[in-house]
Amino acid sequence: MAFYGVDLKSRLLLGTARYPSPKILADAIQSSGAEVVTVSLRRESGPERSGQSFWALVRSMGVRVLPNTAGCHSVKEAVTTAHMARELFDTPWIKLEVIRDDDTLQPDVFGLVEAARILTEEGFEVFPYTTEDLSVADRLVEAGSRVLMPWGAPIGSARGLNNVYGLKALRAHFPDIPLVVDAGLGVPSHAAAAMELGYDAVLLNTAVAEAGDPVAMAKAFALAIEAGHMAFKAQPMEPRDMAVPSTPTIGRAALGD
Amino acid sequence: MRIYVNGDQREVEPGTLAVTLDALGYGGRKIATAVNGRFVAATARSAMPVNEGDKIEVVAPMQGG
Repeated sequence: MAFYGVDLKSRLLLGTARYPSPKILADAIQSSGAEVVTVSLRRESGPERSGQSFWALVRSMGVRVLPNTAGCHSVKEAVTTAHMARELFDTPWIKLEVIRDDDTLQPDVFGLVEAARILTEEGFEVFPYTTEDLSVADRLVEAGSRVLMPWGAPIGSARGLNNVYGLKALRAHFPDIPLVVDAGLGVPSHAAAAMELGYDAVLLNTAVAEAGDPVAMAKAFALAIEAGHMAFKAQPMEPRDMAVPSTPTIGRAALGD
Repeated sequence: MRIYVNGDQREVEPGTLAVTLDALGYGGRKIATAVNGRFVAATARSAMPVNEGDKIEVVAPMQGG
């Protein structure tokens, strides 16, 4: 699997927020096998330098970072944030979020497409956080995005895949664009289900960070993602309405009256 | 003169953005900056004058999903 020409072995992208401690974050990254972690930018004031110690920790893990524009509600905010992120993290990658609705954190897909176009023209490699809407995805690809990240469900909701039909349609429509289910997953079976649809990867944060044991949950998700991907490649059988005996009936002993 | 840094009002001496950030204790930190909503690259800070009433945003790496 490759994002913008960068080959990756792990199909799990991990968020770095909401862990009980920096040590648990570091252990969860290691246990997940993730090669890409998402990071953000926030105001740094006062003497505590919390951003500096966080950055030192991420650097020590040897992982690639995917900065986000979380919290941005306008194209201008998202574009400016992306520029700050590119300088700070020294990467053209940007997980583009332009949020419209605060209750669902649903993307403003109109702003998203516009910001994706501007950032692509400015040399960014955009990972848009979008809905499963096919037309929006098409516009994002037109705008230059070469990865799409549809939500499974609202961020942090742990609801799993809300619209399997829509996600399947997206996969069928974009066979050559890496697709990542980003957001809304709660348990490893959700991630396995996404991978069984043929998705290329899964991006997780809260489901790992807020588990009782984030380090074990990170590993559980990694295994589920690998299993789901392997199952997709193995071509699952089609469901049927009626039972079909798995044991051959030919040659069965005649024991009735 | 009075400026705003991450939303807080601060009194600083007139100077460039680079000098102002040093005076505010940001020297040597991994940060990115914007002035009045526009990104200012690290390489442009020493040529960027800070004016009365400017709104400066100073951000650093942070946890994110």
